[in-house]
Amino acid sequence: MKIRVLLVDDEEEFVQALAERLSMRDYDATTSLSGEDAVEKLRQYNFDVVILDVRMPGMDGTEVLREMKKIKPLTEVIMLTGHATVESAIDGMRQGAYDYLMKPCKTEELVEKINKAHEKKAEHEARIRDAKVKEIISSPQAALRED
Amino acid sequence: MVWNKIKPSFWDKQEVVSGTSTYQHTYRRIWKLAVILTGGVSLIPLIFLSVVNYRAVQNAIESEYLFRTTRVVSNTRRAVSFFLTERKFALDFIVHDNGFKSLNNPERLSAILENLKRSFGGGFVDMGVVDASGYQEAYVGPYNLEGKDYSGQKWFRQVLESGMYISDVFLGYRKVPHLVIAVRGSSESGTAYVLRASLSIAPFEDLLSNLALAGSGDAFIINQEGILQTSTRYHGGVLQKLSLQVPEYSSKTRVFEEQGPRGRALIVGYRYIDETPFILMIVKDKRECMAPCFKVGLELIAFLLICITVILTVILGTATYMVKKIQVADEKRNASLHHVEYANKMASIGRLAASVAHEINNPLAIISEKAGLIKDLFTFKTDYVHDAKLIGLVDSVLGSVKRAGTITRRLLNFSRNLQASIEPINLKEAILEVLGFMGKESELRSIEITTEVAEDIPILETDRGKLQQIMLNLVNNAFAAVQDGGHIDIKANRKDRDHVSITITDDGCGIAEDDLGRIYEPFFSTKTGQGGTGLGLSITYGLVQEIGGSIQVESALEKGTRFTITIPIRLEKIKNERNKGVVG
Repeated sequence: MKIRVLLVDDEEEFVQALAERLSMRDYDATTSLSGEDAVEKLRQYNFDVVILDVRMPGMDGTEVLREMKKIKPLTEVIMLTGHATVESAIDGMRQGAYDYLMKPCKTEELVEKINKAHEKKAEHEARIRDAKVKEIISSPQAALRED
Repeated sequence: MVWNKIKPSFWDKQEVVSGTSTYQHTYRRIWKLAVILTGGVSLIPLIFLSVVNYRAVQNAIESEYLFRTTRVVSNTRRAVSFFLTERKFALDFIVHDNGFKSLNNPERLSAILENLKRSFGGGFVDMGVVDASGYQEAYVGPYNLEGKDYSGQKWFRQVLESGMYISDVFLGYRKVPHLVIAVRGSSESGTAYVLRASLSIAPFEDLLSNLALAGSGDAFIINQEGILQTSTRYHGGVLQKLSLQVPEYSSKTRVFEEQGPRGRALIVGYRYIDETPFILMIVKDKRECMAPCFKVGLELIAFLLICITVILTVILGTATYMVKKIQVADEKRNASLHHVEYANKMASIGRLAASVAHEINNPLAIISEKAGLIKDLFTFKTDYVHDAKLIGLVDSVLGSVKRAGTITRRLLNFSRNLQASIEPINLKEAILEVLGFMGKESELRSIEITTEVAEDIPILETDRGKLQQIMLNLVNNAFAAVQDGGHIDIKANRKDRDHVSITITDDGCGIAEDDLGRIYEPFFSTKTGQGGTGLGLSITYGLVQEIGGSIQVESALEKGTRFTITIPIRLEKIKNERNKGVVG
């Protein structure tokens, strides 16, 4: 299964190119040009990794991150920053972002980080699954409960 | 010169005004103004009062002397006048009491003379009776003058006319200065005759010489021709001509000042004695009279001089002190203004750099992605994978993006360094980064830089921006000091558990010993006019203090300079917070 990536940045050209390049590398890349739109997409679909620009007009990266962690706490986030906002990227990591990258970034680096983030998420999900399996084994009724 | 040692430091200082107009020697002007104003306000009334006071004293003493002279003249005149009048009336009485016949009798005449001498004391010398034809009929006295003929003499005719006569002092037949009092009588037959008596001048002289007169005073009598009638102390003997002019007639006592012989100022009091040819004169030396006045004047001048000295000392002292204070305050103000200005400037440069870098980073990211996409297309689709030229072009674009990215990153680093923040620093890397700025210049001028960082230096926790700024300033100074081909040596050692010391040694021109104490002063520069602001070391000093360190300098002219900074390995957080507020 392809890794589902959501790219959030107000620079359309950047997002487009990056999405295309990720698609070439066999990722399922979706783009979003604003924080509000990204939150909306997050509600509707499931993503594995979100690449989030820190500085955007309207809802900025940190706010999106906060919102996201409420909706989909398991989705991993990589902050993207124009360096002057390294502090806010670090802030973001404190709030649960997986890592940060400085623009302009090397594609290899980004890909590597996406993979790692996904691994982390997958591992996390696997643990949850394991726990569920154990729960079902010990109490079969639990399988009937809502997620 | 003494002046160079005592002149205050502001004397040659020019006020530094942040603008183009600078007043030359403003402090000197303020100082002069203060001294002149306060000095004028306090000294002029003082001197004025002293002069007025001296004048008043002088006038008082002078009028006192004039008054005293007047009084003495009046009193003496009365005594002299009384002396003569008394004798005149005595003779008058004798003439009326005795007839011509009895007076002509030498025994009687001699008895009368004896009685006169007894009653009136000194004065009467001889007596004679002269008949109307001028023939002296009878004479008693020490000289043999009987039978003398006075008919041709002026006094004889005058006494016949007016009945009474007092003569000038003259020598006469006897060659002794004397004066004659003559009264007219009339005999039983009705013919006139004259009783004459001669008086020696001794009683006058006694009278006059007994006067106690201050100031080389001299009392004497002259006749109306200015011939001295009595002897004097300073103005000649009897019957000599007085060197002073005969004063004009006045019925009252008068006192005037006159320029005497040998240019001495004299106070002259005189009085015409009525019914006699005599003028009583008292002459005093004015200078001696005014001696007390000079004494007062001297005291006054001494007092004045002391006052002026004290006042001037106080004024000069306070003015110098105040102007020095002003100067120090001005310098402090200017220094802090410049510091703030500098901080503000750096802060805005930082903001500018940050926003420029940020704005450029976004398009750079796009270029990078697009170029990456192109490359991806080539590699994934394999159509162009062997077209080395196209791949090379794309790689070149990506390389340029990377280079631009490095530049923006450095800009951002610079701006971030301006904000105070404590971070872990590898000292060696930090030093190399600073030297990176100077790399080009050192190459051009073939300056050899050696760096030696001891292995035992741990990662520092301090303000990277400030530390680098300090290093940059000191290295810059070293560059300015050395000749082309010079050496700069940077060493870092662990000083103790909590401190490291960094020394920057150059073999440049060095700093003069006199200047060493002042190099951290703001605006102290030996390079004024060559672009030096005199702020570099002052700011460095401030920065070193801000990161809790200290700075020392050793230098020898023409040998080189060594700056040693000692900084703590861990900078306290509190300091950092405070400085953040200043910069922001």
